[in-house]
Amino acid sequence: MAMLRLIFILLLFQLAGEALRAATHTPVPAPVFGMVLLAAWYMLRRREPEPALEQAANGLLNWLGLLFVPAGVGIIANIALLRSAWLPISVSLIGSTLLTLLVTAWIMHRFGRRATITKEGR
Amino acid sequence: MNWSTIPHTLSPGVIPLFAIVLTLGAYLFGIDVQRRLRSPLANPVLIAIVIIGSTLRLLHLSYQDYFSGAQFIHFLLGPATVALAIPMVRALEHMRRSLWPMLAALFAGSIVGMVSGYSFVRMLGGSQPVALSMLPKSLTTPIALAVSQNIGGVPSLCAVLAILGGVLVAVGIDRTLDWVNIHDPAARGLAAGTAGSGIGASRVIPQHTLSAAFAGVAIGANGIITAVLAPLVAPLLKHW
Repeated sequence: MAMLRLIFILLLFQLAGEALRAATHTPVPAPVFGMVLLAAWYMLRRREPEPALEQAANGLLNWLGLLFVPAGVGIIANIALLRSAWLPISVSLIGSTLLTLLVTAWIMHRFGRRATITKEGR
Repeated sequence: MNWSTIPHTLSPGVIPLFAIVLTLGAYLFGIDVQRRLRSPLANPVLIAIVIIGSTLRLLHLSYQDYFSGAQFIHFLLGPATVALAIPMVRALEHMRRSLWPMLAALFAGSIVGMVSGYSFVRMLGGSQPVALSMLPKSLTTPIALAVSQNIGGVPSLCAVLAILGGVLVAVGIDRTLDWVNIHDPAARGLAAGTAGSGIGASRVIPQHTLSAAFAGVAIGANGIITAVLAPLVAPLLKHW
């Protein structure tokens, strides 16, 4: 039942996100709005998601990668776009992505609160 | 016999089913390869994309044929993004205490990504539209497309870069952050979401609930921050 409830809640909030996006005319995708709304909903009710629901959500999030495959196959058709300037593009993509990773992680690591539980894997 | 014609002789309803089976099979195979090689370089998303791309070419199937079935998997991307709110709720207390460092890291990541992406392309002789297409490369694809239209990038190139950037983060994040000794799950999650949005996040989400929570925040926040900053930063970069 938890899975069914989860799917209902997620789709409901995605729908609400869709309404919010239409009302605000921003490029922010409806699911991102839905994510913010769902987090706000739990915050306002001062409640944490029930464990069964949380487990079902983690199950879904664990194969997030799979869900990007259909869109990813679409880029193969456009891969020729890279050919025109493959050297600047690939150097910049790799260099800039690594810099972004390092800067973001370093600031958060240096100035943020450290996690108290270090080995709470799934 | 020309076996590439087989899919076209089957009833049309079979092609969507074939696309779904192919997608699941290729991804599961990618997971197996990753487990066996124990290397993040063998990324299941990348392996699946390559297998499916070559299969479609071999069987003379178009991307539209493939997407007729794959859209059902693609559709789940929406609810899965909403689901990122659930680990986030658990991490709220943690986030409240590191709110300022988190915002500083997000803004710095957004600006460093835009400026370095543009500058590297220009330094190596790339054209201005190509360089501008680099600005939203770390964003989730729908926001990246909207931003690139705003600032004069090439939208289709942007979509390719957004996906490749995500794959790059998924492949490189463990090695890079291990190298500088950053093991904090919150910092890793925030960096994965900021630099590689959803695909980057998919690598760190199974590692720790805090990583999942901070990756979710980073995808949304960097999308909004960069969408607001890119139209301001782009004119400055163009004059540089």
